[in-house]
Amino acid sequence: MSLTAKDKAVVKAFWGKIGGKADAIGQEALARMFIAYPQTKTYFAHWPDLSPGSESVKKHGKTVIGAITAAVEKMDDLIGGLSSLSDLHAFKLRVDPGNFKILSHNILVALAVNFPGDFTPEVHVSVDKFLAALSAALADKYR
Amino acid sequence: MVEWTEFERATIQDIFSKMDYESVGHNALTRCLVVYPWTQRYFAKFGNLYNAAAIAGNPLVAAHGAVVLRGLDKAVKNMDNIKAAYAELSVLHSEKLHVDPDNFRLLADCLTIVVAARLGSGFTPDVQAAFQKFLAVVISALTKQYH
Repeated sequence: MSLTAKDKAVVKAFWGKIGGKADAIGQEALARMFIAYPQTKTYFAHWPDLSPGSESVKKHGKTVIGAITAAVEKMDDLIGGLSSLSDLHAFKLRVDPGNFKILSHNILVALAVNFPGDFTPEVHVSVDKFLAALSAALADKYR
Repeated sequence: MVEWTEFERATIQDIFSKMDYESVGHNALTRCLVVYPWTQRYFAKFGNLYNAAAIAGNPLVAAHGAVVLRGLDKAVKNMDNIKAAYAELSVLHSEKLHVDPDNFRLLADCLTIVVAARLGSGFTPDVQAAFQKFLAVVISALTKQYH
């Protein structure tokens, strides 16, 4: 299910619309994930506070969405572009790749909540494909 | 037996009591057919599903979306025994419709997105968790009679 030229254009245009709200989206997606999929909290046992408004969730949401925003410009070679992040997740963080799908779902929910008019079925399918391709690139070095 | 908290019960009853089943059903099924096009395999008789606009404008899709949502009502009204309430529907989906149960999750995810867009900030993380738990129970009940 590779990204077509249309998918790339749709994702770039939609991400442009998100603009300054990106950090809030990242924070909200993480918050939703921790509450709706509590098993994902096991990776953050070292944080003092995992509640939605906490500094940790805010900061990490920004980190994650920042990397995704950067990946929007790397859609022609996600595996190459995400190589070092893949090393990090494979050898240091060792996050089970099933969780990438879970976080992706929560990003989609955050987008639907914040951009109900713009997050049409056509935008949804292209963004879903982008996040899936990104997840695959992130898991590339796992084995 | 599924245990529901007061919050979860109230949340599910609240969401569905205010829901426009026709509209939400139409939008959720449309979204599913667009985002996961392989689900169209079950709707060969629906005619024009060539692109997103055709799917959204197709009256058979709209009608069927409403049918599916009204089916969910059975679970809303029988939250303490969804498994029993869905026994017949499960047999139907397995023996007659031959639907791969993985598809239930795809439609459920699209329904979640549609409801999230409608409720906006009212679709808090806790509401999302309750809604997704409800859908997971429904999916489990629908899958129960497959063999």
